[in-house]
Amino acid sequence: MKVYLDNGASTKVDEKVVKEMIPYFTEKYGNASSLHSFGRYALEGLEKARRTIAKKINSRADEIIFTSGGTESDNLAIYGAAHINPKKKHLITSAIEHPAVLKTFQNLEKKGFKVTYLGVDKGGFVDIRELEESLTKETVLVSIMHANNEVGAIQNIREIGMLCHKYGALFHTDAVQSLTKVPINVKKDHIDLASFSSHKIHGPKGVGALFVRHDLDLEKLMHGGKHEFDRRPGTENVSGAVGFAKSVTLVKDKDVKRIKKLRDKLIDGILKEVKDSILNGSRERRLCNNVNISFKGIEGETVGTYLDIKGIATSTGSACASKSLNPSHVLVAMGLKVEQAHGSIRMTLSKFTTEKEIDYVLKVLPGIVKKARRISMF
Amino acid sequence: MYSKKVMQHFENPRNVGIIKNPSGFGEKGNLRCGDVMDIYIKVENDKIVDIKFKTFGCVAAIASTSVLTEMVKGKTILEAEQLTKNEVVKELGELPPVKLHCSLLAVDALHEAIKNYKDKQNKGEEKESILKTCSEEI
Repeated sequence: MKVYLDNGASTKVDEKVVKEMIPYFTEKYGNASSLHSFGRYALEGLEKARRTIAKKINSRADEIIFTSGGTESDNLAIYGAAHINPKKKHLITSAIEHPAVLKTFQNLEKKGFKVTYLGVDKGGFVDIRELEESLTKETVLVSIMHANNEVGAIQNIREIGMLCHKYGALFHTDAVQSLTKVPINVKKDHIDLASFSSHKIHGPKGVGALFVRHDLDLEKLMHGGKHEFDRRPGTENVSGAVGFAKSVTLVKDKDVKRIKKLRDKLIDGILKEVKDSILNGSRERRLCNNVNISFKGIEGETVGTYLDIKGIATSTGSACASKSLNPSHVLVAMGLKVEQAHGSIRMTLSKFTTEKEIDYVLKVLPGIVKKARRISMF
Repeated sequence: MYSKKVMQHFENPRNVGIIKNPSGFGEKGNLRCGDVMDIYIKVENDKIVDIKFKTFGCVAAIASTSVLTEMVKGKTILEAEQLTKNEVVKELGELPPVKLHCSLLAVDALHEAIKNYKDKQNKGEEKESILKTCSEEI
């Protein structure tokens, strides 16, 4: 049996998405900036996609910029906003952000910005009081992710957004993991910039979006044509945008409820069947599809590889970290001991996950952990 | 990512376990990097007649210790001492660059066990468990 539980890394493209995209490769292939009918068809598709995504987050259509994905959106948002006011040189983010955010801040730090990295509690949540204490008149931007990719912690972004605006700072949120899973309303949540990615929600890879409040004069990352409201040059990836927008419309509330039920079955099953297993992160304010468990005395990669041999795909921490030896920066920030952080595996479900698959995982996992523990001295 | 040989040793690790009252014991690694290796040897007439290991670590760490125990079992102490990490890697086929240190750790743990054996021979007294000093480091 093959079971894919790494939907936090990437997802299967929905066949309905593929179907929606195909005409934009073979029929409506014109450049969306061209004035002829080929171009107009492409433009129509692009603008419809933009409206769909805008509607999902309650923004204006001209506030949605298509990018190459989450990483570019994060980079553009943070670089762009950091340079908005040359007098303000203070930035705030959290210790558990995705590398696309963290590394961008580290780079700005080298260029003379002062960056405050907020800690998190054992659930993975930012302390609002610590944020308020860190905000000053010099703070130009605060970037806090909506939902964490490793432990699924969902931050109270409305409270964070309100606080940022009270102190005159811009608020960016990396909403790559939360889109379609947790409601986001850029107006009510006081969001100025938000990053999204298509391939995490059954859309194609290589496309994402950035919400930018219409009145922000964002510094550009790339220079070229006046595409995307003169914020991001380059011929538009029309098929990608069309597929992305379609994927946004395909996840329904009932999907989220069903995924959550399977997630809880998986969590409860593991905690019951596997001795000395611990759920990392909060049980309540957690993404509907995220499970992150540490097994005492063994390393996450060992468990993950034995699971892979049985056809079950999971990850340790995040796929981006698999080339590094350090324990997950997220789990360490949450106060886990290094051995507990090394012993973690992440299982992320999707709307395509079935109960049969969860049953299969629960059947093979206890034996795998037992086997791995026989090898370990702890 | 991993060679066939690495996966064979990982799926079916050889000589897992401990030896009670070993002739020599060695432990290397630390929890921060996610790898700790224990090697137990039983020596008779200057030959390693039995060897066991326990490893906390990744696929490469487990495969490295497993293959190393196969390589030195039956060898003389002098032969075992000369084992290098390159020979371990060669025996495994290959290791991803970021995991090369695993093979070194395995060899270091073996050398530690041999040193422990020799110390006991020379001094005729029990050396304090290295396990203790390591856990203090952690």
